[in-house]
Amino acid sequence: MKQTSFMLVADRAIRNLGLPLIGITVFLSVWQFTSGRIDTSLGKFPGPAMVWEQAGGLLQEFRDEKIREVDFHARQEKRNAKLKIQRPDTAIQMRSYSGAPTFPQQIATSLKTVFTGFTLAAVIAIPLGIVIGLSSAVYKAINPIIQLFKPVSPLAWLPLVTIVVSSVYINVIDGMPKSYVTSAFVVMLCCLWPTVINTAVGVTSVSSDWVNVSKVLRLNFFRHIRYIIFPAAVPMIFTGLRLSLSTAWMVLIAAEMLSQNPGLGKFVWDEFQNGNSNSLGRIMVAVLTIGLIGYALDRGMLFLQQHFSWDKQALLR
Amino acid sequence: MSAVFSKRQSSPTLAILAAALCVCALLVSIQATASDMPEKWELKFGFIKLTDMVPLAVAYEKGFFEDEDLTVTLEAQANWKVLFDRVSSGELDGAHMLAPMPLGTATGALGSTPIITPFTMSYNGAAITVSNEVWAQMRPGVALDGDKPKHPVSAATLKPVLESYAKSGKNLNLGMTFPVGTHNYMLRYWLAAGGINPGLYAPEKGDSSGTVGAQAFLSVVPPPQMVPTMEAGTTAGYCVGEPWNQQAVAKGLGVPVITSEQIWAGGSDKVFGIREDFYTKYPNTTIRTVKALIRASQWLDANNNGNRPEAVKMISRPIYVGADEKVIANSMTGTFEFEKGDRRAIPEFNTFFKEVYGIPYYSDAIWWMTQMRRWGHIAAPQSDNWYMGMAKKAYRPDVYLLAAKELIAEGTMQASDFPDLAQEDFVQAPQASRLDGAVFDALKPNQFIDGFAIGLKGE
Repeated sequence: MKQTSFMLVADRAIRNLGLPLIGITVFLSVWQFTSGRIDTSLGKFPGPAMVWEQAGGLLQEFRDEKIREVDFHARQEKRNAKLKIQRPDTAIQMRSYSGAPTFPQQIATSLKTVFTGFTLAAVIAIPLGIVIGLSSAVYKAINPIIQLFKPVSPLAWLPLVTIVVSSVYINVIDGMPKSYVTSAFVVMLCCLWPTVINTAVGVTSVSSDWVNVSKVLRLNFFRHIRYIIFPAAVPMIFTGLRLSLSTAWMVLIAAEMLSQNPGLGKFVWDEFQNGNSNSLGRIMVAVLTIGLIGYALDRGMLFLQQHFSWDKQALLR
Repeated sequence: MSAVFSKRQSSPTLAILAAALCVCALLVSIQATASDMPEKWELKFGFIKLTDMVPLAVAYEKGFFEDEDLTVTLEAQANWKVLFDRVSSGELDGAHMLAPMPLGTATGALGSTPIITPFTMSYNGAAITVSNEVWAQMRPGVALDGDKPKHPVSAATLKPVLESYAKSGKNLNLGMTFPVGTHNYMLRYWLAAGGINPGLYAPEKGDSSGTVGAQAFLSVVPPPQMVPTMEAGTTAGYCVGEPWNQQAVAKGLGVPVITSEQIWAGGSDKVFGIREDFYTKYPNTTIRTVKALIRASQWLDANNNGNRPEAVKMISRPIYVGADEKVIANSMTGTFEFEKGDRRAIPEFNTFFKEVYGIPYYSDAIWWMTQMRRWGHIAAPQSDNWYMGMAKKAYRPDVYLLAAKELIAEGTMQASDFPDLAQEDFVQAPQASRLDGAVFDALKPNQFIDGFAIGLKGE
């Protein structure tokens, strides 16, 4: 009995830890092996070791930038003290540091942008999906439009959004520059559709028994949605949201590359433009970071889905 | 006032008193302008990853912007189009620009937001590079000086390449950075001087491809993509600033054939561009920015280019130009590599301050406009006076003058650092091109335009 339970644990450990480890090891060695054989105009394609080194370099840059920031504030205090003596009447301004964004800051900007776009999309897509799911007339009316816009690449939207944002969004709010609004809008336009479609499907496939329950109880429209339709459609809504979020993350990188929104996409583009011997390694660091964050976002959504779903037994992957 | 100073009451004491008062007022007013606080102090300037953005980096890193009480953020832009649009829309307060860009806005060839330049960021510094394959076909026709090609290399040596391309039904595609831009006009000048027609722009007919009657086809490629695009075979060569010519040599992908000072010596290449209404709204900020840039330029050329290695280190950081230090160092420290191993001294290749001071000369503006007319960006013939009028609209040495005077007044720089500013008319003496000998006289632009065999005429 004891022995079998030990075997079980060992078996599980091998499955959950051992197999992924084997996968990663094989991947790393294939990567190391092939990268050494690809000669580019920027030197050899970076292998795992070089990428690790570049990640360290990026961390070092972050630390250096922090030191520069401290120096900046020290200089500012000196200047202000001088100004106070020379011109006592001028208001002393405390200015924030204007250095270039470091890698962690770029990650933060990207996350902020993706969440803005994603939230906007969810706010529009869930109600729209419910309406479409409830009424086949609305579905027929809107479906061609959804099918038309669903496959459009973010790159096609970008010039239009850029021009519209720059002419409509005139009074720029602090902390929300035009490039940020542009990227967020492009993200929204592209990640709208999975949520709309999945929500609609979720709503249409609500069991007719439950709808009848609602009829028997004579729930009004809003209560009908709140207590019957919405909970029943939650698993599908979340499936849509998960798809939307991963689309959003992919779209964002492309949008940032072109709209100059300071984020991971711009980091990749800038490094491509730099074209120095470290550029490829640094881009690989960004690629892996993008992947890890995308993975984390997906897991996060999965967690929320499990939390909100009424059917805790359903197998989710 | 008139009652106080009426004739009857005037006396020597009063006169002296009045004079003293005047002097005091003058002193106070100088004091006031010299220390007027910037109206806007948080600024974002754009740049393209080219070595000639270096005055901005120096002004930032050396604290010259901070000395002027400005908090500046420098941001790399994807390409000239993005940069220009973002200055026009106000997302950027100012930027490193191609010298013809402000002139494009003045003459109507480029957008509708007037852009001015109070400061020239760099002189010379562009080059034309061709792929190894093209160079191999050109080289037999190139005149030699010893065993090395004699400079300047004429574009006439491209003719065998054109013929072989025509036989296989291919176009000769070349890259430049922006239509109303330095590199486009330089490349066209070189091609046309060798008898190859680069094609005309015909905006009045709605044709902005610039390929009317073309033998060689020019298209826009962002500077950092020049080398990859040529490597991919999309272009056979290009005209661009540094480090993207030396990059091609370092990677063994191409050979620079001519540098821009051979075409036009001491020509302005990049300017610092701002919207005209930025200056009217924020005059103190503008003047302070120009002061910082003048100091940066002077620092770059000081000690007989002794500060250049430090500048190279500065801009090789990924947030600025980001190319490898030794590639940037090639041109910035006064040497230029043509064929692998053919290293030549060109001390004036990247000039910032020496003999030109960063002044936005009217004559520079007019040189660029002659090329804009020649290739059709200025659609109709214009009088010589018109050219001067347009130059004065976009190039603003008057702002430069205010900044220079403040620097002298506060003792940061000496009057001897500058030319005689009181005598300056901002028009440089006529000069002949080393490439084709054409003489450019800024007061007679039409004569210059009419002298060219290929291209539109002046009148």
